[in-house]
Amino acid sequence: MSTEGSYYVPEQSKLPLLAALGMGTMAVGAASWVIEGGTSTIFLIGTAIMAAVMYKWWSVVIEENTQGIVSDQLKYSYVLGMYWFIFSELMFFVCFFGSLFYVRVLVGPWIGGEAAIGLFDDTPTDAAIANATHLWSGYDATWPPLVTPDQAVNAEAAKFVGPQEAMSWPGLTQLLSWLPLWNTIVLITSSGTVHVAHHALKEGNRKKFVQWLGLTVLLGVFFLFLQAEEYIHAYQELGLTLESGIYGTTFFLLTGFHGAHVTLGTIMLLIAFLRGLKGHFNESDHFGFEAAAWYWHFVDVIWIGLFIIVYVLG
Amino acid sequence: MAHGPSENFFSRWLFSTNHKDIGTLYLWFSFAMFLLGGAFAMVIRAELFQPGMQLIKPEFFNQMTTMHGLVMVFGAIMPAFVGLANWMIPMMIGAPDMALPRMNNLSFWILPFAFAILVSTLFMEGGGPNFGWTFYAPLSTTYAPDTVNYFIFGVHIMGASSIMGSINIIATVMNMRAPGMTYMKMPLFVWTWVITAFLLVAVMPVLAGAVTMMLMDINFGTSFFDAAGGGDPVLFQHVFWFFGHPEVYIIILPAFGVVSQIIPTFSRKPLFGYSSMVYATASIAFLSFIVWAHHMFTVGMPIAGELYFMYATMLIAVPTGVKVFNWVTTMYKGALTFETPMLFSIAFVILFTFGGFTGMMLSIAAADTQYHDTYFVVAHFHYVMVAGAVFSGTAAVYYWLPKWCGRMYDETMGKLQFWIAFIAFNITFMPQHFLGLAGMPRRYSDYGLQFADWNMVSSIGAFMYGGAQLLFLYNVIRTIGWGKPISDPKVWEGAEGLEWTLPTPAPFHTFSTPPVVK
Repeated sequence: MSTEGSYYVPEQSKLPLLAALGMGTMAVGAASWVIEGGTSTIFLIGTAIMAAVMYKWWSVVIEENTQGIVSDQLKYSYVLGMYWFIFSELMFFVCFFGSLFYVRVLVGPWIGGEAAIGLFDDTPTDAAIANATHLWSGYDATWPPLVTPDQAVNAEAAKFVGPQEAMSWPGLTQLLSWLPLWNTIVLITSSGTVHVAHHALKEGNRKKFVQWLGLTVLLGVFFLFLQAEEYIHAYQELGLTLESGIYGTTFFLLTGFHGAHVTLGTIMLLIAFLRGLKGHFNESDHFGFEAAAWYWHFVDVIWIGLFIIVYVLG
Repeated sequence: MAHGPSENFFSRWLFSTNHKDIGTLYLWFSFAMFLLGGAFAMVIRAELFQPGMQLIKPEFFNQMTTMHGLVMVFGAIMPAFVGLANWMIPMMIGAPDMALPRMNNLSFWILPFAFAILVSTLFMEGGGPNFGWTFYAPLSTTYAPDTVNYFIFGVHIMGASSIMGSINIIATVMNMRAPGMTYMKMPLFVWTWVITAFLLVAVMPVLAGAVTMMLMDINFGTSFFDAAGGGDPVLFQHVFWFFGHPEVYIIILPAFGVVSQIIPTFSRKPLFGYSSMVYATASIAFLSFIVWAHHMFTVGMPIAGELYFMYATMLIAVPTGVKVFNWVTTMYKGALTFETPMLFSIAFVILFTFGGFTGMMLSIAAADTQYHDTYFVVAHFHYVMVAGAVFSGTAAVYYWLPKWCGRMYDETMGKLQFWIAFIAFNITFMPQHFLGLAGMPRRYSDYGLQFADWNMVSSIGAFMYGGAQLLFLYNVIRTIGWGKPISDPKVWEGAEGLEWTLPTPAPFHTFSTPPVVK
C-alpha cells in the first residue's frame, strides 16, 4: 500500500469518451435490433467503434509499460482491477445458478401442486393447490422437465414444448460418447496448458511459453467447436431449444454465457499469444498474459460448476 | 504530473483524467438528473393534488412514477455520491488521484448516454417504461411496450459504469493510501464508500442478469418468468431484490459516511465509537445480502421463508442503532454550532431514524400484509432516500464546497434552504404515512375521496420542496461565482483529516508527494 510519489496519472485522453460513445451506440443498436423489424446496422457501428477504442486503449497501456512509466504500484492497481472484474463476472453467474436452483428445487414442485417446502408445514399451500387444480392440472414436476406445464394443459396447442431428451448424465456405459465429458476434459487440459505456459514464462523459456499458450488457444477454440456441435445436436435432434420451457432456458443461458466468456477468454489468450510472438512479456513483467490466464482459470471453474450442476445432476 | 487543467474548455471537461474534474462532472450531472426526476415528481403530485383525472392520462402517470424512481435512484443519488467519492477519497487518503483515471472518465461518460437512452423512450412510440422502477415481470416483459428493450440496454451500460466506478474506488482505497494511513485510520466516508463499492461490484452483475432474463423472455422465447414453461414471475422478484436490497444500502452507506464526517466537525469532538462504526457498516453490508425477500412478503412464500426474512431484517436495526447511537453520542457534550451542513446532518439523524422505525414496522411480515404497496411504503422509503441520502448529499455540498472552490456560501441562504426543505419534506411525506395506513395504494393516478385532504397537503409540500432545490442551485452557483473568498486550509474550525491540510481552494492535483500519516 505504500505510495511512492511517482504514481502515473495519465494526460487527458479522448478514449474514455469514445468508449462511452461506442457503448451507447451499441446499446441503442442492440435495442433497435431486437425490436420487430429492426436491423443490426447501428449495433455493428457501435461494435466497430468499441473495437477500435479497445485496440487503441490497450496499445496505449502497453506503450506506457514499454516506456517504463508504469510503477509497481500502478501495476497493482491493474491487478486489483482484474480481481474485482472477475468477482463481478462470478456474481453474474451466481445470478443464473441461483435462478436455476430456484426454479428447479422450488418452483417446479409448486406448479405441480406438491407441498410447500417448509420447515413448519408439509401440507400444500393454497397457491400450490390452486396451481394444480385450476392452472396447471396434470403437470408432473420432474427434473429435467420434458413436459412443460403448458403442454400438460394445452397439449398440441402449447407454446412451450419440452425437449425429447435432456443433456444430463447418460449412465456409465454411454459415458465415453457423452460430449460434455469431452468438453470438460478439453477445458481442464487447457487450464493445465496455460499453467505450464505461465511457468515457462517465469523461467524465461519464451519458446516453451509461446508453444503452450498456442496450444491453450487451440484447446479453447476446440471447446467452442464442441459446444457448437452440442447446440446443433440439441436443436436438430433433441428438440432442445430456447423455447422448450425452463430446461432449455436455463441450459442455454448458463452454457451460452459460459461459452461467451470462453470466447472472450480465448481472444484474450490469443492476443497474449500474438504479443508473445512479438517478444512482449518477460520473466517478471507479464500482467497482460497473467490477467488472461486468471480469466481462463475462472471460466474453467465456472465450467466445473456447470458440468456438475447442469449436466451430471441435470 | 506537471500538467494543470487544460486551457480549452471542451478538452478539459470531455477528456479529463482528473479526479476533481470528474467528480465535478458527476455532481453536476446528478443535480441535472435530480431536477429532471424532481420534475417528474411534480407531475405526479400535480395529478394527485385532487381526486379524479386532472392533467395527464393514467398511462403517462405510470411512466412518470417509473421514470421518477429510475432517474432519482440511478441518475441522481448514486452519481452524486460517486462524485463526492471522486472528489474526496484521494484527498482523504493522501493519494495523487484515483487509481485508474481514464477508466474513471469512462465510468462517468457512460451515464449521459445511458440516461439519454432511458429518457428518450418517453418520446418513442409506446412511451417510456411504465412498469414501476422495480420493473416486475410480467409487467415489464409480457405487457411492456417495445421501448423496454432500450431500457434493458440502458441499464446494462449504466451497470457497467457502476462496476467500473466501484472497481476504481476499491483499487484506490486498497492501493493508494499514504504511508501510515492504515485501514483503521481511514475517514469513515472512505470506509463507507469502499464497502459500498464492494456491494456494487457484487450486485450490479445480478441486475444485469435480471434484465438479460427479461430480454430473453421478451425476444427469444425463453420462460424464466413464465409458469407455462416452468418458470415463475416471482423469480424476477427474487433476482431483482437480491440486487435491490443491497442497492438501497449502496445509496445510504455513503450518506452515513458524509454525516460521520460532518457531525464531529461541528461538535468539535472526534467521532464516538469509530471502530464500531466501521464494523456496523460492514455488518449492514453483510445483512443486506440475506434479507431481500422482505420486499415480497405478500407474494405467497412458505411460512419458513416469511419468518426467516422477517427476523433477518429486524437484525439490521442493531448495527443501524449502533450508528445512530454513535452520532448522538458524538454530539453529546460537544461544542455544537449549527451551520447549514450540521443542520442537514442533524435532520438526517432524526428523519433517517424515523424512516428506520417505519422500516421496522414493515419488517413484521404479518403487519406488512396491510402496509404492502401502500403509501406507507412510499413514505418510509422517502424518509430514508430523501431525508437520508438527499439531505446528506446536500450537507456534503455545503460542507465541502468552500474547500473545493475557495469561496464561502452564504450562511443565511443555506439555512433558509434547510428550513424550507426540512419543513416541506415533512409536509410532503408525513401525511403519506396516514394515507398508506388508511389503505391508499401506491402508483395509482386516482384515489378515493377519503384520501383527498392529505393528498392536497402532500402536494403542497412537494411543490415547496421542489422550490427549495432551486434555492440550492442558486446558492451553489452564487458561491462558486461570487462567494466570499477564503484561504484557510481548514475552512471549518473543528475539521480534522488530510483533506483539510491541502490549500484552499483545493489544488488541481492532490497529493503529488504522499503525506505521512502518524
